[in-house]
Amino acid sequence: MSTWDWQVFCKDTIEGEISPRCFGEGGDITYLDWMISAWGWTLSVALLALVVALLVGSVMGILRTTPSRALVAIGNIWTELFRNIPLLVQVFLWYHVLPALIPPLKDFPSFLLVVFALGFFTSARIAEQVRAGIQSLPKGQRYAGLAMGLTLPQTYRYVLLPMAFRIVIPPLTSESMNIIKNSSVAFAVSIAELTMFAMQAQEETSRGIEVYLAVTALYFVSAFAINRIALFIEQRVRVPGMIGAH
Amino acid sequence: MKKTLLALAAVVATTTAVAQTSDTLKKIKDTGSVTMGVRESSGALSYTLGNGKFVGYHVEICENVLADVQKQLGLAKLDIKYQPVTSQNRIPLVQNGTVDIECGSTTNNATRQKDVAFAVTTFVEEVRIAVKANSGITSIAQLNGKKVATTTGTTSVQTLRRNERATGVNFEEVFGKDHADSFLLLESGRADAFVMDGAILAGNIAKAKNPADFKIVGEVLSVEPIAIMMRKDDPAFKKAVDDSIKNMMKSGQIAKLWTKWFEQPIPPSNTTVGMPANENTRMAWANPNDKPMEDYAKK
Repeated sequence: MSTWDWQVFCKDTIEGEISPRCFGEGGDITYLDWMISAWGWTLSVALLALVVALLVGSVMGILRTTPSRALVAIGNIWTELFRNIPLLVQVFLWYHVLPALIPPLKDFPSFLLVVFALGFFTSARIAEQVRAGIQSLPKGQRYAGLAMGLTLPQTYRYVLLPMAFRIVIPPLTSESMNIIKNSSVAFAVSIAELTMFAMQAQEETSRGIEVYLAVTALYFVSAFAINRIALFIEQRVRVPGMIGAH
Repeated sequence: MKKTLLALAAVVATTTAVAQTSDTLKKIKDTGSVTMGVRESSGALSYTLGNGKFVGYHVEICENVLADVQKQLGLAKLDIKYQPVTSQNRIPLVQNGTVDIECGSTTNNATRQKDVAFAVTTFVEEVRIAVKANSGITSIAQLNGKKVATTTGTTSVQTLRRNERATGVNFEEVFGKDHADSFLLLESGRADAFVMDGAILAGNIAKAKNPADFKIVGEVLSVEPIAIMMRKDDPAFKKAVDDSIKNMMKSGQIAKLWTKWFEQPIPPSNTTVGMPANENTRMAWANPNDKPMEDYAKK
């Protein structure tokens, strides 16, 4: 506790010697190299899962607001299924249980399985938010669209969704930041991401404080960057007068 | 408001300073209790039977050590609290005073000796490979292109990395979050081999559904002394623990304990691990020492 040893990041992971430029040379890997590679894995898992979650979640959310009871049921079942199981349990289900039940899944890389698990878990939350956004619009909007001769899909596309998505950008921002943080559960199924790096590096170098501080900083920076990007998007797509507050 | 904050800060600072004293014997004498760090599933070295009961080779050695300490301090009663620890938190918990003596499966190496102290080595571990018996794999060279499982947060990860570098064998590492998980990876076929300390491999195989399906094969990848861990800069406690263990070694009690845990049926399922003490371990009993892993590698 009394001494800091930030040089630990410049250490080579096999021999333990300090590398002059802090990045490994000639095939050697320092802890800094490893941490950055782990950060890359975290971001890949999180961003890919975010894409899956946004696509699937939006579709499910829209389905839940259609007049057709069958489509609403599909959306509801999807949402309730993935909302009621903890994320870590879902990851284990995808990694251990489903490949035993559906053999072709055994050949999938664990990266893909984690993306599905994380993506579907978040899609349930996004479906809920998109549904709430659409249902917060006055009923008249939908009927006016239909009365003008637009089909239901056209009403969604040109009237309802532009407003609904602008309304739910703040909750979607939260979900995007959550996905970065939730990606840490991927360590349990052997993805070489930041949390696994932290656990292993702490064991090997015995400098837990420095390692965990650095990993915390990287998680914070990643989540905050998503936050700022979402804020930028929100300001760019803002239409004055479209939603009450603006 | 500011004054109360300053006063509070001063109190916190002094209390944390007080917590740094490393006189474990005094602490045990004053409180009449001692906290033993134990593992939940480290082979036959230290594991749980459920219901907060912990048993194993190292757990029993520690219980004997603490009985000797109780006699030395002249305490009528000594309350032993069992605190489960993990590979991640065992050293911080010993350093900050939560755990007084850690009796699990901790490797004694030079890096760790900067933070904690080790008793004389009670077991010299050899890192081996467990595979499915019908896989035909007999050495690490045959693992080229295969998936090798090991547990996050253990020294075996680094051993595998060194080996890959040194021998040029290229395999894909999969990490289990704990030993049981890594063994599951081998069992379910997600990994072709599980690399870990021989005792943990043997313990997990003994508890598997079909122990005959697995084999421990291959050359020794790393030799590691496993020892009981305690706080650094506390010579009185270290002497007490070392003396107690050395007595057990001299009297042959430690060999008997080994036989009890590694060569005879053990709870909960009364299966036998079936691993006699290797040459290095016997030498460590004959010549008690607390040399770190690096000294063994030089041989």
